[in-house]
Amino acid sequence: MDNLWLVIKREYVTRVRRKSFILATLLTPLGLAVFFIVAQFIFSYGNDESTRVAIIDEAGIFEGTAIPDENGLYFVKTNDDIATVMAEIQEEKEGGLNALVLIPAIKNPRVKDVRVEYFSDDPLAIDTRLAIDRRLEKALREYKVKTLGLDRAALAALETNVEIRTKKITLEEGEKADTTMAGVVGAGLGTVMGFLMYLSIFIYGTMVMRSVMEEKTNRIVEVIISSVKPTTLLLGKIIGVGAVGLTQVLAWMVLIPGVIFLVSIFFGFDADSAQQMQQMQAGSEMDPEEMQSMVEKVIGGLGTLNWWVIIPCFILYFIGGYFMYAALFAAVGSAMGDDMGESQSLTIPITIPVILALYIMMAAIQAPNSSLAVISSFIPLFAPIVMPARLAFDPPAWQIIGSLVVVLAFALAMVWLAARIYRVGILNYGKKSSLAEMGRWLFSKY
Amino acid sequence: MTPPPIIRVDKARKTYGEKVAVDDVSFSMPPDAILGLLGPNGAGKTSLIRMITTITAPDSGTIYFNGEPLSGYHPTQIGYLPEERGLYKQMYVGEHLVYLARLKGLSKADATAQAHEWLAKFDLDGQWTKPVEELSKGMQQQVQFIATVIHNPKLLILDEPFSGLDPVNATRMRQEILRLHANGTGVIFSTHRMEQVEELCEFIVLINQGKNILEGKVAEIRRRFQDNKFHLEFGGDLPPGINERFRLINHTPSGVDIQLVAGQTGNDLLRYLLDQHVHIVTFRELLPSLNEVFIKQVSTKVEA
Repeated sequence: MDNLWLVIKREYVTRVRRKSFILATLLTPLGLAVFFIVAQFIFSYGNDESTRVAIIDEAGIFEGTAIPDENGLYFVKTNDDIATVMAEIQEEKEGGLNALVLIPAIKNPRVKDVRVEYFSDDPLAIDTRLAIDRRLEKALREYKVKTLGLDRAALAALETNVEIRTKKITLEEGEKADTTMAGVVGAGLGTVMGFLMYLSIFIYGTMVMRSVMEEKTNRIVEVIISSVKPTTLLLGKIIGVGAVGLTQVLAWMVLIPGVIFLVSIFFGFDADSAQQMQQMQAGSEMDPEEMQSMVEKVIGGLGTLNWWVIIPCFILYFIGGYFMYAALFAAVGSAMGDDMGESQSLTIPITIPVILALYIMMAAIQAPNSSLAVISSFIPLFAPIVMPARLAFDPPAWQIIGSLVVVLAFALAMVWLAARIYRVGILNYGKKSSLAEMGRWLFSKY
Repeated sequence: MTPPPIIRVDKARKTYGEKVAVDDVSFSMPPDAILGLLGPNGAGKTSLIRMITTITAPDSGTIYFNGEPLSGYHPTQIGYLPEERGLYKQMYVGEHLVYLARLKGLSKADATAQAHEWLAKFDLDGQWTKPVEELSKGMQQQVQFIATVIHNPKLLILDEPFSGLDPVNATRMRQEILRLHANGTGVIFSTHRMEQVEELCEFIVLINQGKNILEGKVAEIRRRFQDNKFHLEFGGDLPPGINERFRLINHTPSGVDIQLVAGQTGNDLLRYLLDQHVHIVTFRELLPSLNEVFIKQVSTKVEA
């Protein structure tokens, strides 16, 4: 027990103080912040070139209304004839006209297709095209409503917004019947938890593997196991690296929101530019009231989730999933030879189930009670990634308990199995071992 | 009552798949001896050592440490310097030694004190806070040696300890081994370098193809394998008829080696020489070197 503690401590301390660890822990949030700033910059980066577009409105659809400008894009209604305008465009004067839009007269107000012409020597940029398009469609709609004498109120009534409110029939104590947002929120939460599992398994599982390979190529391992049982060393390694992972994740949970907050102060990511950003995305305009009620619904949805089940279960799945995969990675690491490059192929049998589990997880969020999702919850290599994603959808208790038992038992079995491969593998110097050999080690005497 | 042997191996057997690595090996290691464990590459030395250090367990047979069957407690009394050895590159020297000492059961305070003491002995006390990877190769080997002896083990097992060492470091390590031995530490010394064995060991066990084929005191073994060869140094000339009675096998600047045949003794030769009035400067029996014994026993090519 003392030795287990010493091993855990060494694994933890020597890793956490490493420059690469400190840099990764600090730079990842910074990297995110930089990404954030750049992304914001790109979004807010409209057209910085000013374009003046003359409009010759033969149809009269803009009669009596001003055409709204947009950053860098100015519209000028003109009564000049085409030749004059074109001549002006050709002059290429500073602040002069750049393009001409000719809207032909409309003979039939019921027309479905209207063709306008755009004259310019410059190519038509996509955002300019969209801006003109939007303005024309809006003006044409107004024009048609007016000339056809349509009832505005009736038109507005054509568009109906349907909302499905879900209500639970059997209520447990303290539960709210309204679960409207639970599904959406659950899907979001499930995705986040599933991905978190997936990433942790990969990042920290391979960290355990590298640690095993390092000891083997350093030739320290034989000295260590003359004092410590290989199983103790393996367990200490898995727990120590797990603690490193936990430290890193916790640091990120504090640092990432902190950095984003600081960035928003220093780089003026304020409400204005956020709004601008939204306006840039045509069609996603949402009025603040609607936004607020949305937020309230999400919070309400979060409130309906059964956190007392979700959080402890997530932690248990996390532990089980981490231990089973870390043990497998360690076993593979112990079988690797001095040439790490050629040994990478040994990790494929582990990465395949992880990636499959990720896909099943994504399917399970769409249909949390499909037989695929339910069966996968009992397949130990998939369950740690699939089941956390289902937790928010309130799966039956027998499934949670059954799946947890399977996962934890399998994790223990994997640690035991890995230890048997590990104790032989670490003393096999030189070339990498095949999967068949690893299989034989399982049954070899100690 | 005589103290029990530090190590007694009783019919230890270890197989890896089809291969029998250690085949019912038995031997006893007298207390306070330096035991040379010899054998060509792949003879089973390392497999045997791994059983003694409890890294692996024998398939059958028993190994006794100070009269008790080996158990989980004994590794704390053994110091093992494997042939394939290394250190954690990114740990600091002092921290590394303390870690290894604590794995051997020392308290933090004892481990720290011992580490300081040993580093000072090897003039390495300035390196305490240096990462291992910044040390020279020679220094790393010294640190490995310190790690092996820091917990003051009752038994020291050294597998090719001098390989890759420069003469200065090798000499220093040899002195430390002898000093520890003088203080009562048993030493098992595994190698295929015979000159080192002759220099250090009083007692050898020769392993070949997993079997113990020879064991005993170095002097006795050499005597056992003596084959009637004598070395003669003399003044003047040898009598011309000597070739008819004795076989001269080797002429050296200082003298000749003579191989006696069955029925002849050293005394016969000496009497003949005296009768012929040869001026004898030196007359001694030639004992085979361990190397010759080794080659004869193993009858395979030995790596120099």
